[in-house]
Amino acid sequence: MEPFFAGASFIALYGISYGIVLFMLSVGLVLTLGLMRVVNLAHAAFAAIGGYVAVGLMNTLGMPFVAAALASALLVGVGSLLIERLVYTSLYQASELDQVLMTIGLMFLTTASLNLVFGPDVVPARLPAWLMQGLDLGFRKVQTYRVFVIALGLALITLLWLLFERTQFGARLRAAVDNRSMAAATGIDVRRLYSLAFALGSALAAFGGAIGFAMLPLEPLYPFKYLTLMLIVVSLAGMGNLRASAGVAVLVGVVDTAARYLLPVAGAFVVYGVFVVLTLWRPNGLFAGRVR
Amino acid sequence: MNRLLQWPSLEAPFWVAALAVVVIFPSDLSLATAIAVMALFAVSLDLALGIAGILTLGHALYFGAGAYAAAALATLGWAEPVSGVVLAGIAAALLAGVAGPFILRSRGLPLIMVTLVLGLFAFELANKASDFTGGDNGLSDIVLAPVLGVFHWSVYARVEYLYVLAFLFVGFQGAKRIVGSSFGLALRGIRDNPVRMAYLGAPVQSHLLRAYLSSALLAGVAGALSAQTTRFVGTDVLSINTSIDVLVMLVLGGTGSLYGALVGAIVYMLVHHLAAEWNPYHWMFIIGALLVFVVRIGEGGLVGIARRITERSRQTIGRRAKGRP
Repeated sequence: MEPFFAGASFIALYGISYGIVLFMLSVGLVLTLGLMRVVNLAHAAFAAIGGYVAVGLMNTLGMPFVAAALASALLVGVGSLLIERLVYTSLYQASELDQVLMTIGLMFLTTASLNLVFGPDVVPARLPAWLMQGLDLGFRKVQTYRVFVIALGLALITLLWLLFERTQFGARLRAAVDNRSMAAATGIDVRRLYSLAFALGSALAAFGGAIGFAMLPLEPLYPFKYLTLMLIVVSLAGMGNLRASAGVAVLVGVVDTAARYLLPVAGAFVVYGVFVVLTLWRPNGLFAGRVR
Repeated sequence: MNRLLQWPSLEAPFWVAALAVVVIFPSDLSLATAIAVMALFAVSLDLALGIAGILTLGHALYFGAGAYAAAALATLGWAEPVSGVVLAGIAAALLAGVAGPFILRSRGLPLIMVTLVLGLFAFELANKASDFTGGDNGLSDIVLAPVLGVFHWSVYARVEYLYVLAFLFVGFQGAKRIVGSSFGLALRGIRDNPVRMAYLGAPVQSHLLRAYLSSALLAGVAGALSAQTTRFVGTDVLSINTSIDVLVMLVLGGTGSLYGALVGAIVYMLVHHLAAEWNPYHWMFIIGALLVFVVRIGEGGLVGIARRITERSRQTIGRRAKGRP
């Protein structure tokens, strides 16, 4: 019984914290897809840039970890507004093929630039000491970092829930996701909403990339490595389904962790297999056809 | 009017030039062979993506299936190459017959994701099944009989090149036939407006499946040719890079015209060859810039540009002719 419990609590803790980071990375994609129907494969690039910026702030300016993550989210969010204006506005009307090509192109350019500036290796960075030490949960000792990420994730989910359900901005956003032209007809400035949602999504991805660097190591190929997991989350959650995305992200995190822990030989492929089966079962997301 | 019909005058010189490569560049024939393989792969993708509008990011699945099937046949003692290629193509088409009905249920973004993840799944599978695929070492013990029992494989890749070129020619003509037929017309209709085609009574799903199967067949043939001519299959034939490479080739040349697949494969492979010494990360700048460039210049890629230039010059010539009565 004892080893079973140890294994289960390991999977729960590591899987959930991993899932929380996945949620931060992909929630912006769920939002922009639902709102703009833009296939933004370059979304993962914002997460990578966020991680690099945060680590840079920590290593050169000596900023504390959480402050650096917040600052990086802010910087990337503001920067993404510029990119949205320059690149994405022309993509809203483009065909899906053009969107895919353009955003894959941006992803290649980001990876090549990250390599050029920071080199091909994983960026050396360390968590602050207070997150590295063990935390006694009563039944087992765990790394404080994992618990911290889970707590941070729960706080973030609550904040986002309040933002989407309890504010004007959220109400408009939900209206635009459900029916874009009807929302525009009632006087909602959908274009501005697009820009804000895009910046919010990029900032969240950057925050996830910064907070999660100890789980998803920063390297030039980061956008390619984690894009698939993000797409899996988005696709299972269904476009624009924000409520489902948190649950799905945690589910993906737990399944992937459990598979790697219990079947090290099979590794990554279990999560792909589960995705393929679930997609065949429900091609439009797990919650398609239900009231959101 | 069918756009394809605007280019027949250039097609014969193209094939003559492709043959002349044997005489003009006798020392670069392994590169030419690789180009011809990728050109056939790009033609196969054009059938699915350019003609039928099936937006797939995982076409390496069928290229890899063909490559492994050809390698498996050779290791099992089936040394006759031509039938090996045909069987490998059929194997890839069978795989598409199993996966296709599920894949084609979705469209647009979900389709992209399903094909992408299915491709990754196959890649991981090939890595894990190292008893069959050789894992990271790949399969290199591919022994083949001479082509048609007469032409011996050579170090200079002359037989290899002509062998692949023959398959490319046949595959291209077959693809052209499909595109020119009423079935091809229906496919382009489905690509542009599937709902309307369904209202018109076209069997949309079975048309798409047939297009997908033909495309997988050609992709499998291309993969088999790659395995046979290089005598090697590594797991990278299934990798996402292979899928993206062929996509970049196709869109660079221009989708939907089949000629674009040939032009794009040649240009892309030549640039890649010239940049072979580069750091692979720097090569990503080129791919990224190419993709952005292709979207910016709009529909048709390089073939589209060439077409616009010829049309414009034809108009100016026409205007001049009118100016002088």
